[in-house]
Amino acid sequence: MSDWYRDLANSGVGSTLVKQLGLPRPAVLRRYEPGAPLLTGPAVVGTTGGSRLHEILIRLLEDAGVPVQPPAATDGERLGAVLLDATGVTGPADLSAAQEFLTPAVRRLGPSGRVLVLADPPSDAGSPAQAAARQALEGLVRSIAKELRNGATANLLVVPAGAEASVPGPVRFFLSGRSAYVDGQVVALTTADVPADEDEERPLAGRVAVVTGAARGIGAAIARVLSRDGAHVVAVDVPAAGDELAEVVNEIGGTAFQLDITAPDAAQRLIAHLRERRGGVDVVVHNAGITRDKLLVNMDAARWHAVMAVNLQAQLDLTQALLDAEGVLRPGARVVCVSSQSGIAGNRGQTNYAASKAGVIGMVRAWAPAFAERGATINAVAPGFIVTEMTARMPFGTREIGSRINSLQQGGLPVDVAETIAWLAQPSAAGVNGQVVRVCGQSFLGA
Amino acid sequence: MAPQTRKAAIVGGNRIPFARSNSAYAQASNQDMLTATLDGLVARFGLQGQRVGEVVAGAVLKHARDFNLTREAVLGSRLSAATPAYDVQQACGTGLEAAVLVANKIALGQIESGIAGGVDTTSDAPLAIHDEMRRVLIALGSARTVQQRLAALAGVRPGMFVPEAPRNAEPRTGLSMGEHQAITARQWEISREAQDELTVRSHHDLAAAYERGFFDDLVTPYLGLTRDENLRPDTSVEKLAKLKPVFGAGDPDATMTAGNSTPLTDGASAVLLASDEWAASRGLPVLAHLVDAQTAAVDYVHGGEGLLMAPAYAVPVLLARNGLTLQDFDYYEIHEAFASTVLATLKAWADPAFCKERLGLDAPLGSIDRSRLNVNGSSLAAGHPFAATGGRIVASLAKQLHEAGPGKRGLISVCAAGGQGVVAILES
Repeated sequence: MSDWYRDLANSGVGSTLVKQLGLPRPAVLRRYEPGAPLLTGPAVVGTTGGSRLHEILIRLLEDAGVPVQPPAATDGERLGAVLLDATGVTGPADLSAAQEFLTPAVRRLGPSGRVLVLADPPSDAGSPAQAAARQALEGLVRSIAKELRNGATANLLVVPAGAEASVPGPVRFFLSGRSAYVDGQVVALTTADVPADEDEERPLAGRVAVVTGAARGIGAAIARVLSRDGAHVVAVDVPAAGDELAEVVNEIGGTAFQLDITAPDAAQRLIAHLRERRGGVDVVVHNAGITRDKLLVNMDAARWHAVMAVNLQAQLDLTQALLDAEGVLRPGARVVCVSSQSGIAGNRGQTNYAASKAGVIGMVRAWAPAFAERGATINAVAPGFIVTEMTARMPFGTREIGSRINSLQQGGLPVDVAETIAWLAQPSAAGVNGQVVRVCGQSFLGA
Repeated sequence: MAPQTRKAAIVGGNRIPFARSNSAYAQASNQDMLTATLDGLVARFGLQGQRVGEVVAGAVLKHARDFNLTREAVLGSRLSAATPAYDVQQACGTGLEAAVLVANKIALGQIESGIAGGVDTTSDAPLAIHDEMRRVLIALGSARTVQQRLAALAGVRPGMFVPEAPRNAEPRTGLSMGEHQAITARQWEISREAQDELTVRSHHDLAAAYERGFFDDLVTPYLGLTRDENLRPDTSVEKLAKLKPVFGAGDPDATMTAGNSTPLTDGASAVLLASDEWAASRGLPVLAHLVDAQTAAVDYVHGGEGLLMAPAYAVPVLLARNGLTLQDFDYYEIHEAFASTVLATLKAWADPAFCKERLGLDAPLGSIDRSRLNVNGSSLAAGHPFAATGGRIVASLAKQLHEAGPGKRGLISVCAAGGQGVVAILES
């Protein structure tokens, strides 16, 4: 589905017109293509005095073939990325170094450029002043994200001491086109056993991934991206969607498993299937979800129950059953749960849906420590306004407003959600656990 | 050197929901339906781009252009284009016969895997031009002079413009299958009540099987249908009792209605068979093995036997060869062409005179435990796209046997036009 307004704003006459009228100018976002360079221009890397991660960042950029310019350079080509190692700040005074570095650097940032700040966690700061400075970086990054234009994004990685090995995978994600619609986000890393090297073209080679709700929309995009990244996808959807499911599966070379995930024996059937056909599973994506919208005053039990059963209870039951089934969830397993912006911000007419999607966030956070103990992770992805068949049916005005009220001034695509999920499924994302990553272009809702 | 034989494994199956004639699949051709069914099977078992040993399928009602129907369906599917295929046709026995053919090649080691299927449409049926008209057109085509062409065209008569539709009637008797079965039903004194009861059970059992998810890995939706269109979960003996008989013309005690006879149906099915090794190497299940099969035919034209009674003759041969009795089965699948076909067949096996005089047996085969018959519904409820029924039964019975555990045995019996029958034994 095309974004007519974005296309207009990027056309010859249209570009002049929207500029004259002072209208928003959504950019064509840089999206990941296998084999594409990590960045489209050189990077600069700054520090705020401490430099715990500086060397890791330089090495990562060099390995990726990205030219690294000295921070002081003030001219030359547009930058692909601006990285700031802000670890080691001790108080607000240290933040001036951040401003001094970022102001000229961000001025030179090119289209779909990246600002990525790495910081210490405020929670384990040694003093209130240090906690204040660390927390301040969050406000700084979120504001940069709102100021950036031309498809550029700004995000913050929180790196506790000892979690240095967890840094490269997430940094690569935030610099790459995979994170096109992830903006203004804060992701906290943890200490984990991160595999030394992975095939960046096919990071999921040899892995088995289950995707629920895979017959269409975001689920189909997830199946495609996981398959592109090398996974064998066991695509699950309700039997009534089996024909569309078969089409997706035959396109990507996976297998179709028709299953109503709310059936009492659903978990046992899925586990038996995985055991027999695949010998286990590495990646589980709980994507299946439904809406049954009604204002709370008009809500009925059937609508409430249907949404809860699919969106929340099935995720709980399937995950628990997979944890209990010996040998099915393989070491280093990844569970990614699809939440929603509605679960964070709430949404009129969606008490049931928002409750279920907020519940997913609670579930992910509660389970994270247990997953970490098994060398596994569980995370949530919360899509914002994503252009699907469902949004295509919305009234024009609602759709246009819904798609523009974010820093990137456009709706995301199903593939943007899929790329984020595929990243969380990667071996190198081992240090990302219990996180909620919004794929919303820094939506103004619930921010 | 005598070849070593092995039993072919049934890995699984796929079918599209069966549609009533001129309904959901009215615009779908046999090739469309068979291709979609193969693609559903490919998706279920991850066969994209793979070459299976052979695909064998057929249709009873076939257009002239579909001379290579199965191969064309393979070429349109996601299977490797290097997958060989051929068509078979044995009326309503087509699907089961296709499975037997594939299983036999696997048993002989000639192929490691194969797909057996069948498809039929009574909606997109072939219409032939009038036979006389056809002769005129052939003569016209071979005419060389204007005079010869005019002479050929002079043979055209208005009546020749009426196309010939395929008939559900036996060429040698002119009687429809229903009329033939009405004779058998009367001979065997099959009551209206017994037929309606069997029909109700078929509908209720099929509906229950759908409810418990039994068909989740056997059926893939098609053109908006997710379940068999003919299925009436809420039917009852009382409702069926209101229907008027449609077969048994002139008989005041006619018993066969539109309810206890299968309707004309569109649909397709496919079954994946393989050697145990082929299945194991791909992590695919073995639901059951096809143990043995038998066909028979009866002389319904002059011999005084019912058109659809051939399975009654095939089964004792199959039992004797395998050292089994009729009671040695955990499940029975007797194709419900008509409710009275099933009941007449069962009655014949229990009848000492029939078994002695017609089958040449010392003692009758006896009766069966009816609770083991067609446990997930059969053709009365699902419908009966002629060539697709065999694949439906093979895949469903294999799954039922697999669920029941190892060493369970099932008997399949399918009657067919032309006085033929195909029967087979599956074992888990």
